[in-house]
Amino acid sequence: MKRIVVIGDGMVGRHFTTTLREREPGWSVTVLAEENRPAYDRVRLSAYFDGATAADLSLGELDDGVDLRLGEAAVRVDRERHVVHSALSEYPYDALVIATGSYPFVPPIPGTDSPGCFVYRTLDDLEAIRDHAAGVDRGVVVGGGLLGLEAANALRLLGLDTTVVEFAPHLMPAQLDEAGGAVLRGHLEQLGIRIACGTAVAAVTTDAAERQSATPGGGNTEPPRAASGGLRLTTSDGTHLDTGLVVFAAGVRPRDAIGRDSGLAMAERGGITVDDTCLTSDPDVYAIGECAAVDGRCFGLVAPGYAMAEVVVDRLCGGDARFAGADTSTKLKLLGVDVASFGAPDGPLSTNYLDPTEGVYAKLALSDDARTLLGGILVGDTEPYGLLRASVGGPVPARLADLLARAVPDAELPDSAQICSCHAVTKSAITSAIAEGACDVASLGACTKAGSGCGSCVPLLKQLLADSGVSQNKAVCEHFAYSRAELFDIVRCAGITTFSDLIAQHGTGRGCEVCKPVVASILASLDNGHILDGEQAALQDTNDHFLANLQRNGTYSVVPRVPAGEITPEKLITIGAIARDYGLYTKITGAQRIDMFGARVEQLPAIWRRLVDAGFESGHAYGKALRTVKSCVGTTWCRYGVQDSVTLAIDLELRYRGLRSPHKLKSAVSGCARECAEARGKDFGIIATEAGWNLYVGGNGGFTPRHAQLLLSDLDTESLVRYIDRFLMFYVRTADRLQRTAAWLENLDGGLDYLREVIVDDRLGICAELDAAMDRHVASYRDEWSAVLEDPDKLSRFVSFVNAPETPDPSIRFDTSRGQPLPVMLERPRVRAS
Amino acid sequence: MSWEPICALEQLTPERGRAALLPDGTQVALFRTRDDDLFAVENLDPFSNAYVMSRGILGDRAGTPTVASPMYKQVFDLATGECKDAERVRLRTFEVSCRDGVVAVRVPEAVPV
Ligand SMILES: Cc1cc2nc3c(=O)[nH]c(=O)nc-3n(C[C@H](O)[C@H](O)[C@H](O)COP(=O)(O)OP(=O)(O)OC[C@H]3O[C@@H](n4cnc5c(N)ncnc54)[C@H](O)[C@@H]3O)c2cc1C
Ligand code: SF4
Ligand code: FES
Repeated sequence: MKRIVVIGDGMVGRHFTTTLREREPGWSVTVLAEENRPAYDRVRLSAYFDGATAADLSLGELDDGVDLRLGEAAVRVDRERHVVHSALSEYPYDALVIATGSYPFVPPIPGTDSPGCFVYRTLDDLEAIRDHAAGVDRGVVVGGGLLGLEAANALRLLGLDTTVVEFAPHLMPAQLDEAGGAVLRGHLEQLGIRIACGTAVAAVTTDAAERQSATPGGGNTEPPRAASGGLRLTTSDGTHLDTGLVVFAAGVRPRDAIGRDSGLAMAERGGITVDDTCLTSDPDVYAIGECAAVDGRCFGLVAPGYAMAEVVVDRLCGGDARFAGADTSTKLKLLGVDVASFGAPDGPLSTNYLDPTEGVYAKLALSDDARTLLGGILVGDTEPYGLLRASVGGPVPARLADLLARAVPDAELPDSAQICSCHAVTKSAITSAIAEGACDVASLGACTKAGSGCGSCVPLLKQLLADSGVSQNKAVCEHFAYSRAELFDIVRCAGITTFSDLIAQHGTGRGCEVCKPVVASILASLDNGHILDGEQAALQDTNDHFLANLQRNGTYSVVPRVPAGEITPEKLITIGAIARDYGLYTKITGAQRIDMFGARVEQLPAIWRRLVDAGFESGHAYGKALRTVKSCVGTTWCRYGVQDSVTLAIDLELRYRGLRSPHKLKSAVSGCARECAEARGKDFGIIATEAGWNLYVGGNGGFTPRHAQLLLSDLDTESLVRYIDRFLMFYVRTADRLQRTAAWLENLDGGLDYLREVIVDDRLGICAELDAAMDRHVASYRDEWSAVLEDPDKLSRFVSFVNAPETPDPSIRFDTSRGQPLPVMLERPRVRAS
Repeated sequence: MSWEPICALEQLTPERGRAALLPDGTQVALFRTRDDDLFAVENLDPFSNAYVMSRGILGDRAGTPTVASPMYKQVFDLATGECKDAERVRLRTFEVSCRDGVVAVRVPEAVPV
């Protein structure tokens, strides 16, 4: 067993730790972390201003075998004794891994420590910026690179009038050339962001400091500053900029002090020197991530850091991996503007494209024979990015103008092309994963890791899936060559109302247990009467057929609707009496209602007669439909509540009850941010705010739990309901068979942003139709069980034996345990399903 | 062998099954397809040991009529009883006929003990 100590629980440190745990679970691992929170996704840090919470950014929990020391920085390494010291303790190691990352560079000018001056690196930084921004109306970002523009967007989202000051003559000097920078600038200015390039900041002063040093009769004759927040930036050419908040985002420097202090070899321009195995000048000390300098150079991106982490894990385990350099390509959407740079954007030859009216600029760098693509820049339109990046080092896949005009249908990539640069996955690795059965982006990620980093390769992954014919094959089964969404459209547009018509006109054969329930659900979503009417009855799965849930011994369970979990004592007594009279086992469900188990088919009508008489209705626990809207007690009782969560939950449950969908739908409403109703584990969850409601979508428990993501915030009740209407209808129409909202959202091109565009901005022009569809659903709702009780034909199905309607199934027997009946199982099944 | 009358044809819904109890206590699952073909197999689902086959969904696999167990969804050939998803698993099948609107199942002679 080896003792490994890791300094830093940042992105790279964490990647190292988890990778090592997977490979060598037996070793002892201690992680010293300066920050107070466990590793989070720094790359997505800015999402914090766009609705993501700290929990959303988390990189997950470490297993219990790792000793993670939060808030405990390493202060010294005693290399001779092989011990790392913190302020609290000391940690002996056999191998030490330094992953201390970078610190933000703040120009050495006076006043940068004034209140209101910030950097942009950690969640704590962002929290501080948000708190301070609440009291000011203007902000300045020093630095016009990637980071600076992200920070500028953050300030804009916080509602500040924002200026970016960049020292270089154009924006993003590390990635773009002048023409690209100018096109980007045009886009940003249109968004109302002020840009000052070629400008250096010389000093920051505060009102207080200035009042002290201001000499009467001095050059400053401007009127006193109002509402600006009290900071003044002076630039090198003597002009002023008044502001309430300054963010320094002028680059980063490696945090290499711990290496320097312990006498490790350092790179000339900073960073701990390592070789291509990430070993420092000490054979037991490694450095990885932004603090490590390979060939004298540090990498400010996460992908090379991950590669280094993997190299060190492999080396520690006796492998011979080497760090082969890194792809520093970047693609991002900055303030809604697509920007990408890849490879080496300078070369002996270049081909350029500039369209100032559309705001598109592109440049490809080529070898001197123009045969090899070296790199390039794209601004305003990054569609060809994936293809171009993967083609670096080979021939240019097509003419630049054609690529931008989308005039190149199927440019073929070489097998060696790197599709995912975050995890260094080549095209051939992906095509072989597809050949072995990976059928979507998620499963490709699971077996190759592709797409699980920055995500910019996902469109290419989809393309490769499509090229190999995988995603074409969304056919629900052998009887229909269509996906569920396509069937939905066919049924809707052609006005088809029966399965026989549909299969006769658009399918083959007689159907099966896969397509029949799909079509039944589609017909039900489009309000084609009772689910047991006519031919529809034959399509239903047994649960829907008996409007109850089949249990393992062939009996059914009964769940009446209890909207939002609110129930009167009288109704509780009714349920109790029925369960007692029919010998049913009762259990409170996870969704705040009561489930009665052990009913035989012939008992169901009588049980429901009594339930309906007592005012209950079907709870649809048997259907792929809305289940419940769970709630906490909210303002009615709770000391902390800020909205009436129970009333909203009841209203929502009554509105969407009976809505048939591709999979079951769950919801919850919490009365305040304490979230007692666990709304974020639901397909749509609502959390009360002081100002209204936050709407989260795409959560679920179950096999692969997902947290719902914030879709819209501070909505009034009416808008909330409208947006949920549209969200649900859009999902019902376009999801695949048995696809829950989380997976649906994941596969939705453009994700949450796109969803917002569709249901808020009406980008597809379908909102009116979605609204009308939901209104129809609400208007046509009828309790499924009362309808059955009124219909002798439907009732006649509820017998165990067609030739002995009075005889109960003799195979069903019960024992008593803990005061309740439990099923007696027949001997073990003859065969086991594999 | 004798024919046991079970029910009127109208009592069977097209594309759906019903369970019936034979005099010896055997449970059979009776099915009527859209084209009025009739099938009967034992009602016991061998994968769950519950008497539920009659509640499965009918369909076809490449033209062969099938029923899927409602419990864990294995598919069986209605004519032969063979399971399409597991080798060597087979449901007992019964002869079934319809005369003058009455559906009857052929009952094996009781084996004398
Ligand atoms: C806003 C923002 C956006 C970004 N966007 C992108 C992007 O789009 N693409 C991309 O590739 N990269 C991006 N990056 C860069 C990326 O986040 C870094 O490359 C990555 O986080 C580097 O990982 P690291 O582990 O080396 O450093 P870090 O993630 O910074 O982790 C280092 C950790 O070590 C801790 N530490 C330091 N000293 C000590 C000590 N003595 N003892 C204990 N702990 C210590 C630090 O507190 C920190 O938690 C972005 C960065 C920021 C800030
Ligand atoms: S979520 Fe808030 S309002 Fe609801 S019970 Fe919890 S603390 Fe009270
Ligand atoms: S390139 Fe970043 S996830 Fe694939």
